[in-house]
Amino acid sequence: MSPETITQSSPAASGAAPEEILEPPVVFDVRDLDVYYGEFLAVRDVNLEVHQHEITAFIGPSGCGKSTVLRCFDRMNDLIDTARVEGQILYHGVDLYDPRIDPVEVRKRIGMVFQKPNPFPKSIYDNIAFGPRLAGFKGNLDEVVEQALRSAALWDEVRDRLKKSAMGLSGGQQQRLCIARAIAVQPEVILMDEPCSALDPIATARIEDLMQELKSEYTIVIVTHNMQQAARVSDRTAFFTTEVNSESDTRTGVLVEYDSTDKIFSAPADERTENYVTGRFG
Amino acid sequence: MDLMHDDVERLLLEATTSRSRKVKNRLASIWMFGSLCVAVVPLALVIGFVLFKGVGQLSLAWFTEDLPAVSRKAGGGMGPAIVGTILITLGAALMAIPLGILGAIYLHEYGGRGRFARIVRFMADVMTGVPSIVMGLFIYTVWTLAFGLNGFGGSLALGCLMLPIIIRSTEEMLRLVPDELRQGSYALGNRKWRTIVTVVLPAAFGGITSGVMIAIARAAGETAPLVFTIGAARNLNLNIFDGPMTALSVQIFGNAQTPFDAAQSRAWGAALTLVGIVFLMTILARVVSSRVARRHAA
Repeated sequence: MSPETITQSSPAASGAAPEEILEPPVVFDVRDLDVYYGEFLAVRDVNLEVHQHEITAFIGPSGCGKSTVLRCFDRMNDLIDTARVEGQILYHGVDLYDPRIDPVEVRKRIGMVFQKPNPFPKSIYDNIAFGPRLAGFKGNLDEVVEQALRSAALWDEVRDRLKKSAMGLSGGQQQRLCIARAIAVQPEVILMDEPCSALDPIATARIEDLMQELKSEYTIVIVTHNMQQAARVSDRTAFFTTEVNSESDTRTGVLVEYDSTDKIFSAPADERTENYVTGRFG
Repeated sequence: MDLMHDDVERLLLEATTSRSRKVKNRLASIWMFGSLCVAVVPLALVIGFVLFKGVGQLSLAWFTEDLPAVSRKAGGGMGPAIVGTILITLGAALMAIPLGILGAIYLHEYGGRGRFARIVRFMADVMTGVPSIVMGLFIYTVWTLAFGLNGFGGSLALGCLMLPIIIRSTEEMLRLVPDELRQGSYALGNRKWRTIVTVVLPAAFGGITSGVMIAIARAAGETAPLVFTIGAARNLNLNIFDGPMTALSVQIFGNAQTPFDAAQSRAWGAALTLVGIVFLMTILARVVSSRVARRHAA
């Protein structure tokens, strides 16, 4: 890790300022993370901290590794045979890539919403009840379903057709259903991988409002192509970019800068960040 | 460079009203419609002939009585053959469906591009093309010579015919289940086997059912493998593990070869009964899979 590559204000470094209020607790502490697909180094030297009840946004051009890093947080990269991770991701101090860790248990605590809404071809009710049933939930399932749908601001639209197929919902409704489905298993963290890229502006606005409401109970990490979205919703922003490897003609993602969203968009420390957020690049 | 109204109009009109294009369009339409008609003719004729020639045989006795001792005389029924076809095909289905579906799940969800999976997939493709008479000979060698003529030998032969069809069609249906659904399930903390049981198989259910029904229908009509393995019984035999049986396809084959009117009519009757059984099963499968599909998707 070269100091000129990554300019980062860790709480320890910037915490000296007297007006700074106490930082919320750290949920994820990423240390020297490298991710390989086979021999190919997809992203390298990522160091950042995700704080509780905040929205952390990952931005950057295509191929910069922001989704790859996100997918390390719930070990979804394990599903790709060739994927390999070096470094540490500490979740409340526990290394998620410790060999003793069961990735399935990780995913029960860390939910994920995908780029393309992916409701199961089942009823709306069964989609939400899927996770709780899996966990062997014994109790009033109707209440859980209603609560999850209310939290995802979808209840009023679907309360009369819970037994109808989820495939009949609009794209925006399907995405909120997927958020409700993730909420129903009561995770601590919700990861969102470009959750609005398949949605129209109105549906996008609703999801963004929803994220603000969910923030008080959940920690959210969102990957987005949309800089305005990051600026609107997030508390902290990580800017990734790609570097061309000199010997092979491949590109590796790097974390350029990670700071409060205000700072990233108004006074970035790195020139590459400034070029990106002002639209001169990417 | 401005385009004048007239120029634009000429350009646009030319493209849509060109005479030769209209003629070509008409010819192509006639050709396709004609091909469809030609393709439907043999199908309609077969069903029409079977109905016309076979319907006279149907009666209560046809379904309940044993085969006549002498096939050249009228009388008797087709009971043992109807029961035989149903039992032997059922036996084959009970072996081939679970094996085939589990095999396909292994191939698509676990084996993937591995060497073993590729070999199995290739062998299944080859097996689909093996003539049924070869399968009959094989079972004759490994089963019938050791255990004698019985219905189970027929079930084994038909099961071997069904297996590759079920494996390949089920794998194809599993491939159609979007990977996003599997990922959505994993992201909720669902394990792999449970993802397959709770998400993948329900999503593929309709397609798997149709594939299975095609395999069953194909097997129910097979003659060659049964000729070697089940023998020729005239009386009802409900035990597929002991003693000769008979089946509709075998009865069609045997009776149609004789020069006697009564036997030939019997062959038509057996043909109609077989078509009827396959038809009923197809409808049943459609109803079941559409009901499941409605519960999941509509």
